[in-house]
Amino acid sequence: MRKSWWKILCVALLVYTIIGGLLFPVPALALIHESIRNLYFHVPMWFGMMTLFTVSLVYAIRYLRSGNLKDDIYSVQFVNIGLLFGALGLITGMEWANYTWGEPWSNDPKQLGAALSMLSYFAYLALRGAISDYDKRAKISAVYNIFAFALMIPFLWILPSLADSLHPGSGGNTGFNTYDLDNHMRMVFYPAVIGWILLGVWITSLTIRLNLIEKKDILNEDIS
Amino acid sequence: MKIFRNISTWINSKRLLTLLLLLPLFCQAHERPEMADTFRSSGKIYVVLLVICTIFAGIILFLVFLERKIKKLERNQHNHKQ
Repeated sequence: MRKSWWKILCVALLVYTIIGGLLFPVPALALIHESIRNLYFHVPMWFGMMTLFTVSLVYAIRYLRSGNLKDDIYSVQFVNIGLLFGALGLITGMEWANYTWGEPWSNDPKQLGAALSMLSYFAYLALRGAISDYDKRAKISAVYNIFAFALMIPFLWILPSLADSLHPGSGGNTGFNTYDLDNHMRMVFYPAVIGWILLGVWITSLTIRLNLIEKKDILNEDIS
Repeated sequence: MKIFRNISTWINSKRLLTLLLLLPLFCQAHERPEMADTFRSSGKIYVVLLVICTIFAGIILFLVFLERKIKKLERNQHNHKQ
């Protein structure tokens, strides 16, 4: 994780995303117009959030198996940065919705699902804050982490596709991919998703390392 | 009667025919969603691009410096242990 090639890749992909996202051709659609370019910036926030939460789940399970407090630090930092990405996704979504759907919050199933799954992860942080014993906190929050992840899947994937949604690609609405006939958008969208996910992992790796230094006394006790 | 004849010649004229043929084109022109077609004509959109790239570069530089600082802390900690 300390190697620099993937960080350089991340910067290169994101510079390409910014330039290509603003200048490359996009399909002309009613109502959305040029704001379709938000696809390269708003949607990758959710991909980033889900990736970071998934990694957090893996470390939560690893903690339960090993009892190593290091895994607990990894797990909580991935949730922290995942929530940052989720908050950015929610805010950018509201900004976009204000100009295309007419209001920032229209109780769209996907909006509600995203907000609820973020709330369940905020509860994870609140739960951690309420327990002062390190080992107990790590164990209980790791179990809750699995529960929060299990909640996120129906909230983000199953329920919105059952109900009528304003979002493209669900509830009878066609996704943007049906208009993207010449695959111009895909050429920017996929690199954008990878680039933003890498940026999230980079930021998380920094907060993890800072936390490992900060809590070195506890970690050393744990080892000895 | 003269008016009717005038109208019928007008209807038969080529001008109306071409107009009718072109009608779908005009309609299409109006139905086409409004895009920022003149967005890049003045060239100043590249200024916005430059500004966004500058902000992005600033954030990345901040991350790189932060990483350096953390690396130094890690090295100190390592030396302290020994």
